[in-house]
Amino acid sequence: MLIARILRLLFNNKNRLRPYMKKVIFSTLAVTFLLLSCKKNKEYNSSVLADLTVEFDQVAGSSDLDLNTGSYTNAMGQSFNVTKVKYFVSNFILTNTDGTVYTVPQDECYFLIDESDLSSHMPLLKVPEGEYKTLSFMIGVDSLRNTMDVSQRTGVLDVSGAAADMYWTWNSGYIFLKLEGTSPDVSAPGNIFKYHVGGFGGYSSPTTNNLRTVMLDLTSGGTAKVKSGKSTNIYLTVDILKILNGTTNITLGTPTAEVHSPVAGEPLANNYASMISHDHTEN
Amino acid sequence: MNRKIWLIIFLILAGIYACKKEPFGAEFFAGFQKPSNFPEPAYHFSTNTVTKNGFELGRKLFYDPILSADNTISCGSCHIQTSAFTHHGHTVSHGIFDQLGTRNAPPIMNMAWNTSFMWDGGIVDLDLQSVAPITNHVEMGETMDNVLNKLRNSQEYPALFRKAYGSEEINTSNFLKSISQFTLMCISSNSKYDSVMRQQDGKTFTLEEEQGRELVTEKCGTCHTEPLFTDFSFRNNGIGIGLFNDEGRYLITNNNDDKFKFKVPSLRNLAYTAPYMHDGRFFTLETVLDHYASGVHDEPTLDPILRQNATLGIPLTTDEKTKIISFLNTLNDKSFLLDKRLSEQ
Repeated sequence: MLIARILRLLFNNKNRLRPYMKKVIFSTLAVTFLLLSCKKNKEYNSSVLADLTVEFDQVAGSSDLDLNTGSYTNAMGQSFNVTKVKYFVSNFILTNTDGTVYTVPQDECYFLIDESDLSSHMPLLKVPEGEYKTLSFMIGVDSLRNTMDVSQRTGVLDVSGAAADMYWTWNSGYIFLKLEGTSPDVSAPGNIFKYHVGGFGGYSSPTTNNLRTVMLDLTSGGTAKVKSGKSTNIYLTVDILKILNGTTNITLGTPTAEVHSPVAGEPLANNYASMISHDHTEN
Repeated sequence: MNRKIWLIIFLILAGIYACKKEPFGAEFFAGFQKPSNFPEPAYHFSTNTVTKNGFELGRKLFYDPILSADNTISCGSCHIQTSAFTHHGHTVSHGIFDQLGTRNAPPIMNMAWNTSFMWDGGIVDLDLQSVAPITNHVEMGETMDNVLNKLRNSQEYPALFRKAYGSEEINTSNFLKSISQFTLMCISSNSKYDSVMRQQDGKTFTLEEEQGRELVTEKCGTCHTEPLFTDFSFRNNGIGIGLFNDEGRYLITNNNDDKFKFKVPSLRNLAYTAPYMHDGRFFTLETVLDHYASGVHDEPTLDPILRQNATLGIPLTTDEKTKIISFLNTLNDKSFLLDKRLSEQ
């Protein structure tokens, strides 16, 4: 009814509308029509699961991270190189532009990013078709999974497999992040520093909790438009300098070149909480 | 008449069929059974039922040095049945290449009731316990991955895993759970004390044992609570910082209040498990009692029970010590040491 009336207004010569009003209404209609047709092309079926990759690209400040060979400088002015960067990411949650929230199922939400293994840099998620405006995930392995039955610890969580290098046997729990390297400023043998951060809050007595949640707004870098039959990649940069520089600027080798307890790892966790940022989305 | 015969034949056949359908290893094996004078176990049997084949596989693994890097050390090397699964005579144990650890091997007994494992309680699930000694470089020095591969490539193990789990697949979970099944069956509950408690065979305490029990209840019972004779808590009993400056529970919680605290050990089978304490520093029970009577060091985290009325330790006369040791001897369970089911086959 309304459309009929507008049309009559537009095309009836005897109407009292001024010419510019005619133009306004006409262009509004055209734009609406275009928008409607656009939407039709991009129609999402939220009951269909489609591929979404999240790429973790390790960088050091403004340069790409080169394991072993690259030389970098921390906020304390110490030069160092990096021999190992590994960390767990888990519990992915996405918010659709329509406000609905999708939580990636527990059994598919654990990934181990290893700088030395390119195939580990792009976790593949299955999410309902839709346009997503925020992405959040955890750095580390949540306390529930950390205390789960051994039969539930498969894939990257297998303590005989991928997680063998990321698990404290003597203080049951996953290591969330490892940063290892060398620096002339470290006096330990081989100038080696090893920072291993873990601690999910303790089983029976409360201990340091080094789990950190990363919350990323995708709107400025590009929302993720997920649809089956196409690939969508949320490209994140992970600045490993920020593990050392941040709330606490870490001095390599002081007080120790070896961090292996939850409490000693806390300053590093506070730093790495903000090491990841959204660069762009490849739709 | 005819009907009855057919019915009998049917029942016999059904019986035979039912027997065949029994789950893996259920025949002639009672599985885990809680002694009547014990509390409910803490272990999660719902995710790991003890079966005959699972237990036997676990036993074979427990005694197999294939679990160590150079195939020389088995779990049973430091947990010897004739010493109630401790390393009798060793203050601390030696692993591959004769390397020494820093703690005394604790007994493997009544694991199902333990709420945490290791002297510092760093491990909370029995299933994940064996990963620690297997991968510790001074104990078995092996990687889990390599252990599983050795088992997969062995002549016997794939068939044994199939027997226990219905599939030849050897993975972290069924490997670790088999070892749990064996250690869960290491139940020591047939000491004289247990017989008296269960009113079995007309057993009774002697007067001295009875008086010793009263003294233990009064002077030791807060930490060494019956019937398991530990409350599984972590305490600093004032033995002073040892050779290795081992900070105990603090290493797990990073809480200063936990410095130099260790798990309260059970008082069962003491006759077979010397030396005592987390670093094996006391060789006799008399030395242990002398420590509590007159050797307690004052430290910031010393258990308040050992610092009452401005006196350190637990006052004990020579007579009381004798009675206490007399009662402690009723907690020795010889049958546990001789149980063939728990021995290397």
